Amino acid sequence: MNVVQSAWVYLNDPLTWTNPGGILDRLGEHLTISGAAVGLGLLIAWPLGIWLGHSGRGGGLVVLLSDLTLAIPTIALLTILPLTFLGFGKPPIIVALAVFAMPPLLANAYTGVRQVDPETRDAAKGMGLSGWELLRRVELPLAVPYLAAGFRTAAVQVIATTALASYVNGGGLGQIIAEGFGLGISAAGGQILAGGVLVALLALLVEGILALVERLVTPAPLRPARRRADRETIATGAA
Amino acid sequence: MSLRDLAYQDAANPWFSWDYIRTNSSAILDALGEHVTLTAEAVAVAAVVAVPLAVVAYWFRPLSGPILALSGVLYTIPSLALLAFVAPAVGPTKSTSVLIGLVLYALLLIIRNSLAGLNQVPREAQEAATGMGYGRWSRLFRVDLPLALPGILTGVRLATVSTVALVTIGALIGKGGLGNLILGGFRNNFFKAQITTGTILCVLLALLLDLILIGTGRLLTPWTRRAR
Repeated sequence: MNVVQSAWVYLNDPLTWTNPGGILDRLGEHLTISGAAVGLGLLIAWPLGIWLGHSGRGGGLVVLLSDLTLAIPTIALLTILPLTFLGFGKPPIIVALAVFAMPPLLANAYTGVRQVDPETRDAAKGMGLSGWELLRRVELPLAVPYLAAGFRTAAVQVIATTALASYVNGGGLGQIIAEGFGLGISAAGGQILAGGVLVALLALLVEGILALVERLVTPAPLRPARRRADRETIATGAA
Repeated sequence: MSLRDLAYQDAANPWFSWDYIRTNSSAILDALGEHVTLTAEAVAVAAVVAVPLAVVAYWFRPLSGPILALSGVLYTIPSLALLAFVAPAVGPTKSTSVLIGLVLYALLLIIRNSLAGLNQVPREAQEAATGMGYGRWSRLFRVDLPLALPGILTGVRLATVSTVALVTIGALIGKGGLGNLILGGFRNNFFKAQITTGTILCVLLALLLDLILIGTGRLLTPWTRRAR
């Protein structure tokens, strides 16, 4: 029986889905960890990025943070954080993944607010809007495509990196792959391949759904700007 | 060594220890060597594949959509899943398994930035070259590619930095360079000194390679310096 066949046998067995520690359990863990990490990243990165963009300061800081986090291996944070005051379990994993979710969120929030046409801003000020009103009624609505693009990049990236939580036994779908490698290719090649398929499918599915969401929340006149936001992310290396 | 000494040592477990580095220097250097080799191989192969693909996308516009989309899909697939696809086919103990995943990952960064660089070549320069009788290929090598070099180098830099971080993922099959130190330290009674040494070297390696590539870029593209 070759690897593809045994992967099919693995996936086709209802017990591998419903057993404790089976695929459904792992999927739940994966989504919980990813959701919490993206949520934590959002809570910190969006207010900070929007404020920096609004005040026009800290552009260099945003780029520096993106470059720095690009150079830090995910595994390093995943192994270091449990040994700090955070302790073992889910919190250090969520914090580690949130750190990697922040650059795209921060960069896109900053760029989104920053790219608003200065003339639009002047017109709003001329109409008597205060700084806060300007942010809420002009800058934020115009930044929505960028915020959505950043959210999508961050979420897909977190879904992908959550698979690495398995390196420190942190749960999630990656656990299926890691366990398979632990058993060896000859015994569990099918399980490894099946785990890979599941992780890849989840990432592509989330990417697809969020691309759709991004399209829905972006008003038609702003749509070309969305592509610019994507390119911005790649250029700064935040993706 | 008495039991008390052992207990004391265990309790110490410092985050950083010169003693660890001294006594394990050969293992650390081996890991560093593996890391550098994997990174260099992956980026080199990715560049050799990606730049021609970018040129194809540049010459034949209708192909640029599919090429970017395909490399985008490959980039979206989590690195661990790539490893899971490749390892059973190639062999789980070979560094080739890690290498293939790294190459697939670096492709998108280089293709996108190279294509952006090629698209930025001024029309006037292209027309002047054609007017001087340059054919498609000589224009490519003597006008388009040199002018697109900043974009290509940006792609190679981003690919290098992210590859240095990504190599560590190979630690799952024992082929992760410095990642072996990091993961090994974690599994070996949470040996903090080993984890931090691996991490620091990894980040330093990324910064060093980044600086080298920036320097190379400046040397290769002297005409961009004044614009900065």
